Amino acid sequence: MNNKHSFPSTMKEEIIIAGFGGQGVLSMGKILAYSGLMEDKEVTWMPSYGPEQRGGTANVTVILSDERISSPILNAYDVAVVLNQQSLDRFESKVKPGGVLIYDSYGIHTPPQRTDIKVYQINAMEATFELKNTKAFNMIVLGALLKVKPMVTIDSVLRGLKKTLPERHHNLIPMNEEALRRGMALIEE
Amino acid sequence: MDINDIIKPENRVYKRPALLNDCHMHYCPGCSHGVVHKIIAEVIEEMNAEEIAIGIAPVGCAVFAYNYIDVDFIEAAHGRAPAIATAVKRLQPDKLVFSYQGDGDMAAIGTAETIHAANRGENIAMIFVNNAIYGMTGGQMAPTTLLGMKTATTPYGRRADLNGYPLAITNLLAQLDGTCYVTRHAVHTPAAVRKAKAAIRKAFENSMAGKGTSVVEIVSTCNSGWKLTPVQANEWMAEHMFEKYPLGDLKNE
Amino acid sequence: MEEVRLMKGNEALAHAAIRYGADGYFGYPITPQSEVLETLEAEMPWETTGMVVLQAESEVAAINMVYAGAACGKAVFTSSSSPGVSLMQEGISYIAASELPALIINVMRGGPGLGTIHPSQADYFQACKGGGHGDYHCIVLAPSSVQEMCDFVGLGWDLAFKYRTPAMILADGVVGQMMEKVILPEQRQRRTEEEVRRQCPWATTGKKGRKQNVVTSLELDDDRMEQNNLRFQRTYREIEKHETRIELLNTDHCDYLLVAFGSMARICQKVMELAAEKGIKLGLARPITLWPFPAQQIAEAARHCKGILVVELDAGQMIEDVKLAVNCSIDVQHYGRMGGNVPSPDEVLNAFENLFINKK
Repeated sequence: MNNKHSFPSTMKEEIIIAGFGGQGVLSMGKILAYSGLMEDKEVTWMPSYGPEQRGGTANVTVILSDERISSPILNAYDVAVVLNQQSLDRFESKVKPGGVLIYDSYGIHTPPQRTDIKVYQINAMEATFELKNTKAFNMIVLGALLKVKPMVTIDSVLRGLKKTLPERHHNLIPMNEEALRRGMALIEE
Repeated sequence: MDINDIIKPENRVYKRPALLNDCHMHYCPGCSHGVVHKIIAEVIEEMNAEEIAIGIAPVGCAVFAYNYIDVDFIEAAHGRAPAIATAVKRLQPDKLVFSYQGDGDMAAIGTAETIHAANRGENIAMIFVNNAIYGMTGGQMAPTTLLGMKTATTPYGRRADLNGYPLAITNLLAQLDGTCYVTRHAVHTPAAVRKAKAAIRKAFENSMAGKGTSVVEIVSTCNSGWKLTPVQANEWMAEHMFEKYPLGDLKNE
Repeated sequence: MEEVRLMKGNEALAHAAIRYGADGYFGYPITPQSEVLETLEAEMPWETTGMVVLQAESEVAAINMVYAGAACGKAVFTSSSSPGVSLMQEGISYIAASELPALIINVMRGGPGLGTIHPSQADYFQACKGGGHGDYHCIVLAPSSVQEMCDFVGLGWDLAFKYRTPAMILADGVVGQMMEKVILPEQRQRRTEEEVRRQCPWATTGKKGRKQNVVTSLELDDDRMEQNNLRFQRTYREIEKHETRIELLNTDHCDYLLVAFGSMARICQKVMELAAEKGIKLGLARPITLWPFPAQQIAEAARHCKGILVVELDAGQMIEDVKLAVNCSIDVQHYGRMGGNVPSPDEVLNAFENLFINKK
């Protein structure tokens, strides 16, 4: 579809998103996967499931690819998006060399150490305060991710939201777009 | 008068119901099951429902009910007749669906299915033959066995401290919002048979009218299991069973 | 019309069933497959196709409702997870013995006992080697993607009706819980009563214009019961002949063969990719039907191999069938995790190297 030119050969991104339950980790993964679907990609979304989601840590593996996807369960990732210290401790070592680690600095006391990967620190939590909307947290993080790795277009994300959200919630789409743009700006900062 | 003067259609006062097969039943002489089968066959015939009737046979003495009553039948696993009746009726709402169970099937192994089908108010008729014993397996204790009753597994007579109390499951079912008609009858006298038949007809009509679950308990004899003659068994039933399981309507809405 | 959606495997099962023109679902909640009943209740198909959806009081009741629906010639199904499927075994035996078509779905979790809610494949023996009492089989389909979760609903019913035997979808928590792109089939009409009567003249639909139909598995005459058994076995031989399914990946030029089904086969595809980077040539045989087991195809695929690694989420169950398939003429090893643990691709590759490369 329209933006495949940005990945000239066949693309494949293996992504882990991890944080606390309630941070919107699973739904952020779902929006990313759905955006991939809007671009005719193969997508897989594999959550950690069960009681551990409730209040504890939650993580989800999202894979976008132009080709058939093999394993939904991985030991190394192209991209890790981590939103708390436990997830950083767990997944920093699992980023492939040359890969990307994006983390929200809120509550992080031991920052990542690796030098063979690209590390981006963002301040999404603070951005939610500026936007006066704590619910926008995961969309801000998604914006940051898509700025670093434009694997799908913002347009695809918005079209995906329009398709999945019930009509009565379509008024929330502009707010989501604002959050995405704010997240992209965080990377520029 | 020659016998052929008597055997004439206009003189006929009784006939085998058309839906009761002309075959030998495996039931012991004196057993109540045969009478209950006959009533059901008559009611289906009188309702012109033979093309829409689907019976659910139990595990127990009545396991071969489908060999005697000539309508479509499903043989259930032990205790599951109400679950099966539920699905048959939900999937074919225009059919007349009835389950036929003994006391072990209905009130021991299948208690959960019995209570939940009735509680959902499934539009089915449940026929419950309570003879207070496991006839088919050779006379063991049933959930409805009376205190003091001797069975193969209570040779000392049922004791509350060892075996618990007889379970009047029909009384339980009458408490449920899903039941519309819960009644208890017997078939030991011609008058009782007439009343039992009227009850089964009403239960069948309720199910077709979508009124909810109807339960007809038939307090019955098992003279083999009770080790009595058929006549003695009827007397013993009237004397002992009716006290714990009194006849009459428990609910009629 | 067909529709492209993103959904969980469990949700795909529900949507596929509605679109197949299913007549009824009877189930009881259990993790990790509760989304099947939840999705059906949310879709309210009784308002559109007329499909019945009922939350039963137990798995025991649910499977007997399925038995009843199947006896009526209806396309009915249930879904559960391992402990619940154990409860259903008696009913499945009755369905098989009464020669009824039905669909049973097991989204496996780790056992034995109450176990864990996390993925497992430890019900392989139960699904493929009987499960309930007596000599019978279910046709067992093992999906490894959300698309296959969707497709095998229709396939399962088609086979079940063709052979009048229960079909089982043996999935696991990974395939049930993950979301993928899925192409949902067109909505089919539910069969009318006339169509059911034509297709299933044996069904208990009321004896209109015919003699009484009885659905039963009881036959106290030993010779007649043996004849019944012989008839079942003839059906099983037919199924073995015509319905064995397998996917072979890279088996033409491999040195070693991986054999895995369901989610584990997906992980093994990654293992093949990682191995190729190290210059190790792995092939993958993925049985799609676990019963009938594709023994011949595996034997052929393994003919030139130095060894076979069977990878399962259990202590080693399918490996017995693989060993039988190659008649123990090739070194067959097992690697598995239990208790709800799922091995990562590198873990499987390490195990492979330790079992076949490093030991030399």
